[in-house]
Amino acid sequence: MSKNTIFGINGPVVTVADTKDFSMQEMVYVGNERLVGEVISIDDSLTTIQVYEVTTGLTPGEPVEGTGSAMSVTLGPGIIKNIYDGIQRPLRVLADKSGSFIERGSSAPGIDEHTLWDVTVTVKPGDKLGGGDIYATCPETESIIHKVMVPPNISGTVTFAASDGQYTVNSKILEITDESGRVHELTLCQKWPIRTPRPISSRLPCTVPLITGQRVIDTLMPIAKGGTAAIPGGFGTGKTMTQHQLAKWCDADIIVYVGCGERGNEMTQVLDEFGELIDPRTGRKLTDRTVLIANTSNMPVAAREASIYTGITLAEYYRDMGYAVAMMADSTSRWAEALREISGRLEEMPAEEGFPAYLPSRLAAFYERAGRVKTLSGNEGSVTVIGAVSPQGSDFSEPVTQNTKRFTRVFWALDKSLAYARHYPAINWTDSYSEYDGDLAAYYNENINPSFMEYRRSMLSLLHEESKLMEIVKLIGADVLPDDQRLVIDVARVIRVGFLQQNAYHKDDTYVPLEKQFLMMKTILHLYEKGKTLIAAGKPVSGISKSGILEKLIKMKYDIPNDKPEMFDEYISEIDSVINSLNLK
Amino acid sequence: MIKEYIGLNEISGSLAVLDGVKNPGYEEVVEFSVAGGEKRKGRIIQIDGERVVVQVFEGTKGLSLKNTSVIPTGRPMELKLSEEILGRVFDGAGRPIDGLGEIYPEFSRDINGSAINPVSRIYPRNYISTGISSIDALSTLIRGQKLPIFSGYGMKHNELAVQIVRQAKITGASSDNFAVVFAAMGVKNDVADYFRRSFEESGVLSRVVMFLNLSDDPIIERTITPRCALTAAEYLAFDKGMHILVVMTDMSAYCEALREFSSSKGEIPGRKGYPGYLYSDLASLYERAGMIKGKEGSVTQIPILTMPNDDITHPVPDLTGYITEGQIVLDRSLDSVGIYPPVSILPSLSRLMKDGIGEGFTREDHAALANQLFSAYAKVQDAVSLASVIGEDELSDIDKKYLEFGKAFENRFIKQGAAENRSIEETLDLGWEILTLLPESELDRVSAELIEKYYKPALSRQK
Repeated sequence: MSKNTIFGINGPVVTVADTKDFSMQEMVYVGNERLVGEVISIDDSLTTIQVYEVTTGLTPGEPVEGTGSAMSVTLGPGIIKNIYDGIQRPLRVLADKSGSFIERGSSAPGIDEHTLWDVTVTVKPGDKLGGGDIYATCPETESIIHKVMVPPNISGTVTFAASDGQYTVNSKILEITDESGRVHELTLCQKWPIRTPRPISSRLPCTVPLITGQRVIDTLMPIAKGGTAAIPGGFGTGKTMTQHQLAKWCDADIIVYVGCGERGNEMTQVLDEFGELIDPRTGRKLTDRTVLIANTSNMPVAAREASIYTGITLAEYYRDMGYAVAMMADSTSRWAEALREISGRLEEMPAEEGFPAYLPSRLAAFYERAGRVKTLSGNEGSVTVIGAVSPQGSDFSEPVTQNTKRFTRVFWALDKSLAYARHYPAINWTDSYSEYDGDLAAYYNENINPSFMEYRRSMLSLLHEESKLMEIVKLIGADVLPDDQRLVIDVARVIRVGFLQQNAYHKDDTYVPLEKQFLMMKTILHLYEKGKTLIAAGKPVSGISKSGILEKLIKMKYDIPNDKPEMFDEYISEIDSVINSLNLK
Repeated sequence: MIKEYIGLNEISGSLAVLDGVKNPGYEEVVEFSVAGGEKRKGRIIQIDGERVVVQVFEGTKGLSLKNTSVIPTGRPMELKLSEEILGRVFDGAGRPIDGLGEIYPEFSRDINGSAINPVSRIYPRNYISTGISSIDALSTLIRGQKLPIFSGYGMKHNELAVQIVRQAKITGASSDNFAVVFAAMGVKNDVADYFRRSFEESGVLSRVVMFLNLSDDPIIERTITPRCALTAAEYLAFDKGMHILVVMTDMSAYCEALREFSSSKGEIPGRKGYPGYLYSDLASLYERAGMIKGKEGSVTQIPILTMPNDDITHPVPDLTGYITEGQIVLDRSLDSVGIYPPVSILPSLSRLMKDGIGEGFTREDHAALANQLFSAYAKVQDAVSLASVIGEDELSDIDKKYLEFGKAFENRFIKQGAAENRSIEETLDLGWEILTLLPESELDRVSAELIEKYYKPALSRQK
C-alpha cells in the first residue's frame, strides 16, 4: 500500500488524491498529529474525510493512515459516570493530560484500561453461547451491574472460561470456538461501529410510561419507555431545563445525556449538580447512572455530528443488558447544522434552508434506533430518545422541527409567551401532543386509578375551552361572561397555575409521584363538578373566587408533601363545605 | 528557507488565489507586498494540492496579478501578548495604533484559541453588581457569564454598556486585578471615541485594552477583531489572574463581514445569506467566556448587537441567544418615552441567575421577588392590550391596579439615571414597594413568610 497523503483542506474537510485504499465510513488518522477522521465520500480522483479536530496548520503531504474499521466506540465497564467528547474521548483524562484547554491530537482510550473490576463469570466450558448472551457480570457503579455480552456477530461453544476475580477490561475472560472451529477471545469490552444499530431479537409495543414526575408530561403528554419525543423551543424557553429535569427524575435505569453543540457551562452544571443529587429510587447519586457526552458548541463540528451516534450506541449497549435507557440529546438542531456545514464544504446541492437533502432520512434513522425491545439474550430493554430542537427564529415550520415531528411521537412544544410569564415548564398544552396516550391508557388505569384517563380528558377539554374563551376575554374582558364560562376560566386558571406550572427548585414540587398527580387532578375536577351545582342552582360563581379556595388549590402542590396523600381528603371536604355554604346563601 | 511567490493567479472580492505553493499550512498567515512597498496580511483558507485560496485582511484593492508577491510565514494568526497591552489601543488585527510603539511580547498565541474542556470549567455562581435595577434584580449578571445586549439602531446600548463597565463590582476583583477588553467591530468613529472618553472619565482607561475596527476599516479584518480581543482577555484572565469584562460591539457588523467573506468564497448560504456555520463561528467566540478550575481570573462577556429592524428572530440575535447565557433586550417603545435603560423585562433573561442569587449571594427574597415581578409585569401587558380595545375606564378594578403597577414599575424601577448606582438591597426593596400597588391575593409566586417579612412592612411604610 502506497503512502496516502493530504491533498486539499477546507475547514474540517480534508481530501486525499488518487487512492483506492479507503472504504466509506472508515476511521482514519490524519496528519502528523494523527487527528481522528472519517471517510465520508469517495470518487475516482478524491477521497473526502471529515476530521474530528481543528485542522489549522495541516499541510498537504502529511500522511493519512487508514484503520480498516469503521468509526467505533469501545463498550465495556467504566462508561457510566464518565464524560466524553463526541468521539468517546474521556474528557477528564484529557484534562489531566493536557490541561484546561483541549489540545489537538490528544487521545486516550474510551474506557480506563487499568481499573480492576470484580468479575463474576456466569458460564462454564461446554456452554453454547449466541450473540448477545451474557457471560460475566461486574458491579460498574453502586447502582448498576454491568453485564458482559458476547458480541452480536459471534456464537459457539465456550472452550475456556476464567474464574471469578479481578480483571481489567482487556483481560481474557472467555474463549469461544465457533462452528468453523475458529477461536474467539473475549474480554470485558467490545467495539461497535457508531452508525450501525445494534441488533435485537424483536420489537415490543411501547406500553409502559417513562415516569418523569413532571405533571404536564406524565399526566397530559406522557412518553412511553422506548418512545421518542421532541422538545422544540426558541432560546430561553427552557429546553435544557426540561431535559435536565427529565435526566434527573425519570425512572430509567441509565441516562445518556448528550450535550450536542451547546454551552460548556451547562455541561459543568450537569456534572456539579448530578454529583450531589440523590436518585429517589435507588438512594444513590444520580451520577451513578449517568454518562455524559459533551461536545460543546466551540468544539469541532464533525465530532458534534458524531456525538449523537456515539450516544445512541452507548444507550443501545446498556439496553442489550436489559436496562431501560433514556437518552437526552440537546440539541438535535446543532447536529443538523453540523450536517449542513459539512455538506456545504462538500459543495452538495442543498435542499431547504441550506440543509442537505438527506436530513429527513438521517433523522429517521436516528430516531428509529429508539424502542422497547426483546434483546438477543431474551431480556427486555428499552431506549427512549428525547431530542431538543432549537428552531431558527423560533419558527416551528423550519426543516429540522418539521422533520423531527414526522419521526417522533411526542411533541412538547415550548412556548415563548409562557416562558416570558415565567410559566415553567413552558410546554404549550394546545400545540403539544403525545401519540402514546392510547398505548399507555391501560397502564395508567390499572396501576394508578381506573378514572385516570377520563380525568385527563376532562382536564384537557377544560383547557381547550379556556383557550377559546380567552379569545373573547381579550376583546371584552372577563366580567361579561356568563357564569358557566367564568367557572371554566377560574378552574382552568387553577389547572394552569396550580397543576401545569411546576417549580423545579422546590423540594417537593421538583418531582411529583403519579399518585399525587392523580389526586391533584381529582381535587381540581371535584371543584369544577361542585361549582356546576352552584350554576344549576342559579347561584353566582363569583363566591368561589372570593372564598379563597382557588388560591388554596393553587398552592396545594407546595402545601401537601409528596408522602402525605391523605391530606387531599381535607381539601375535598373543604371544597364541599365552601360550595355548600355558597348554595345556602 | 523563506520562499517568495511572485504574482497571483486569481483575485475575487477579498480572496486571492495562488498556484504552485509548496507545503502551505491550513490557516497559515501570508504576507503580501504590493507594488514594491505596501505590506498586507492574509490567511490561507482553502488548499487544493499546491493551489491555495488566501483571504486578504486589508482587502484586495490595488492588487493585480503581477504587482504582488507573497511570503508564507509558516505560523497561524497570532497575537503578541504581555502585560504592556493594558491601556493600549490596537487595530482590528492587533497592531498598535496609538503611536506608542510595538509590544515586547512575553509570547504570542494563536488567536483562534482552544476549546475549554467542560470538566475544567467552574460553574459560574458569583454575582456581579451593576447597580442597575432591571439587570441586578431580573437578569443578574454572573462572573464568567456571556450576557449580550440586544439592541437596535438609535437605542442607548452604548450608554448602558458604559454604565455596566463603570459600576460593575466583581466579587474578588479590586482595582489592580480588574480590566476591560473592548472590541469595536464596524462601529462609527464617534462611538469608539465615546467609549474611550467614558473609560477615561471613569478612570479605568489604563486598565482597558482596545481593539478598534471602525466602520471604514477593512471588512475582512473585522472577522479577526473579536478573536484578537478574546485572546488578550484569556491571557489576562488565565495567565495573569485578572477579572476581565469583555465588551464587543457590534456583533451584527461582525456577522455581516462574515457573510460578505462567505459569499465571496462562493459558499452555500443558510438563512438570510449568512453562512451555514454562523452558529459554530459565533460559538467559537462566545464560549471563550468562563472560569477555569485552578485559575484565578475570569472572562465575562457583554457582546452588543443591533437587531436589524428590531427583529429578534433575525439570524444574528437568534443564534446568539442560543449560545449565550441569556440576553438583555432593549425596547424601542420604552426608549421613545424616555425610559433609560430601556430594558424590555419579559424577553430578557439570565440563565445563570438562578444559582447566583438568593441567600449568601444577594438576599433570600431575590428569586421569588424576581419571579413575582415577571409574572405581574406579564399580566400588565394583558391589561394594556385589553385597555386598548375596551378603554381604560371599562377595566376591572384588578386590571386597573395592574396598569398602575405597570407604570410605576417602568418609571421607578426600570428607569434610573445614567450615573445612578443602586445597591441590591435598594433595588429589591424598591421592587417590594412597587408590588404593594397590587393586593396581597395577587402575589402567587412568593411564600407567606416573604409576604410577612417584606410585603407587609413595605405596605405599612406606604401608609
